[in-house]
Amino acid sequence: MESLGVLLTFPMNAYLESELARRCKLFRLWESPPERRQEFIRSNAAAIRAIVGNSHAGADADTIDALPKLEIVSSFSVGLDKVDLDKCRERGIRVTNTPDVLTEDVADLAIGLTIALLRRICVTDRFVRSGAWATQGDYRLTTRVLGCQKKLCYLENLGFGNPIKFNGKTIGIIGLGRIGMSVAKRAEAFGCPISYYSRSEKPNTGYKYYSNLLDLASNCHVLIVACPLTDETRHIVNRDVLDALGPKGVLVNIGRGPHVDEPELVAALREGRLGGAALDVYEHEPHVPEELFGMDNVVLVPHIGSATNETRDAMADLVLQNLEAHVMNKPLLTPVV
Amino acid sequence: MAADPERLPQVLFLSPKQSLERALSARFRLLKPWESTMPLDRFLAAHAAAVRAVISNPLASVDAPLIHALPSLGFVFTTSVGVDHIDLAECARRGIAVANAGTIFSRDVADYALGLLVDVLLRVSASDRYIRRGLWPVAGDFPPGRKLGGKRVGIVGLGSIGSEIAKRLEAFGCSISYFSRNKKPLFPYTYFPTVCDLAAESDVLVIACALTEETHHIIDKDVMLALGKDGIIINVGRGPLVDEAELVKHLIQGKIGGAGLDVFEHEPAVPEELFRMDNVVLSSHQAVLTIESSNDLVELAMENLEAFFSYRPLLTPVHGTT
Repeated sequence: MESLGVLLTFPMNAYLESELARRCKLFRLWESPPERRQEFIRSNAAAIRAIVGNSHAGADADTIDALPKLEIVSSFSVGLDKVDLDKCRERGIRVTNTPDVLTEDVADLAIGLTIALLRRICVTDRFVRSGAWATQGDYRLTTRVLGCQKKLCYLENLGFGNPIKFNGKTIGIIGLGRIGMSVAKRAEAFGCPISYYSRSEKPNTGYKYYSNLLDLASNCHVLIVACPLTDETRHIVNRDVLDALGPKGVLVNIGRGPHVDEPELVAALREGRLGGAALDVYEHEPHVPEELFGMDNVVLVPHIGSATNETRDAMADLVLQNLEAHVMNKPLLTPVV
Repeated sequence: MAADPERLPQVLFLSPKQSLERALSARFRLLKPWESTMPLDRFLAAHAAAVRAVISNPLASVDAPLIHALPSLGFVFTTSVGVDHIDLAECARRGIAVANAGTIFSRDVADYALGLLVDVLLRVSASDRYIRRGLWPVAGDFPPGRKLGGKRVGIVGLGSIGSEIAKRLEAFGCSISYFSRNKKPLFPYTYFPTVCDLAAESDVLVIACALTEETHHIIDKDVMLALGKDGIIINVGRGPLVDEAELVKHLIQGKIGGAGLDVFEHEPAVPEELFRMDNVVLSSHQAVLTIESSNDLVELAMENLEAFFSYRPLLTPVHGTT
């Protein structure tokens, strides 16, 4: 596909970039400063027939309009909220994503975040790294036992906002698609009852369905966001949902930042109306509300769902295979449009 | 008819545990040596001649000298699963019954082991630190971690905790094998007769066995070599199960891929070289600690003490003692 002009929107993966450079005609969007980008796109518009984007930078209406030769958008992500799908349909532009290869990683992260949050793993890691365990660790008793000095220390007060048991807690999943189902399967191994909210009930899951998100939030300990971001699901986790989840409930967001009303989330945590939150995504990445930095009942990770070497390689291969199939007029592997 | 406090049975606490003290105070007379200025041996001589029951924990050993200082001792309850801090042979010789926490912590420890493993592979704590230091907007995306699915996990010790860990790992798409004193034919996992053999066929080792004379430093440099430079070690057992100095050397030299450690050889001292590493997760011996299990423990302690004092069988007796 040497003649395929590809606009890469972000330096998302070194392997993908080097393959695209080797096999196609590659245009790197980030190499021009932001104010020169429209010009960069315009001046290369005749050559660009494909866009490879990701969850940071996709293909919005303006970009698509500026590229009359655009034939395909191959996204290095499963979420397509950064791609103007309507515009693509209008123009007959194909769109592919990277489902399935990242499902397990994201589900692994959802459970890992939940355990880290409830059991205060990050907090205790910070505690140990600060050297405080060795010096502070709650020395209650120094005694002599038959001539030998013995220091007895026992961490009675946990001091980390009280770690909470995970096994047996009720999990509420928003969206029971591939990722939601994968999260459920893992949580079941911990003896957690599963319930979910979805646009419609899924047959034969054995999980409890709620047709109303407030009811789900009121009846679970851990609420996990695992649905696509669309106009309907923007801010689906709002103040009412957070209040329904309550001071004994926690939120885990492995979806998209805009699923959650972020200022309301920060307020709920500040005021103790919500028990805690573990976040992989934020409304304005890479910016995270700094007020959260001082909280022990919060876990903050920088959009690492799918960020394992194995999965990134698999995603890159899928992008390349889709582009190749397109160029050879073969069926696309993972088309959405 | 209210019980005369003087006639309540005595229970000696070796160190404070407020939740347990509160729960027991209505039914037992508690001896708390830390509230006295006397050194322990004098305190025991003065007050503990008639003490039949002792509450111990991993940092309050029940060794031969202590046992000899308690002539009426008949029962030791430890708030832990581990009993390596109790001289079981001496207890057996003296006819002292021992009970531990049984299996009440197994699921919580298993959850924690999974949490540590996901943290090490996906770098949860490391990237949480990255964000809190304000680096994400400045230094860009955090480097990728490693996938858990498909990893070969070797469990050292397939008891109550090890089997709960195995069950969880299966749901993450890991393949499970194990080393144990005895083969466990009821489990569908591959058995290896030595830890080295297990390590050679594993990407991850999870240590969940008891600390005994045989298992001291069971994870030594031969095992680490067999595990290989990408290998991960998760320890939720006891610090001395792992040759800590060797582990630190291997981590510094990149000869092992990472570690999640809840326990250390000389707690609360932790080798400071580990503090700068992003491929380790460090925890202050709390794989058992949750609010719920603390409550369960209090109940279990009460039930065992009441059983002892009414000559009924203990609920969670330790084998090898009466």
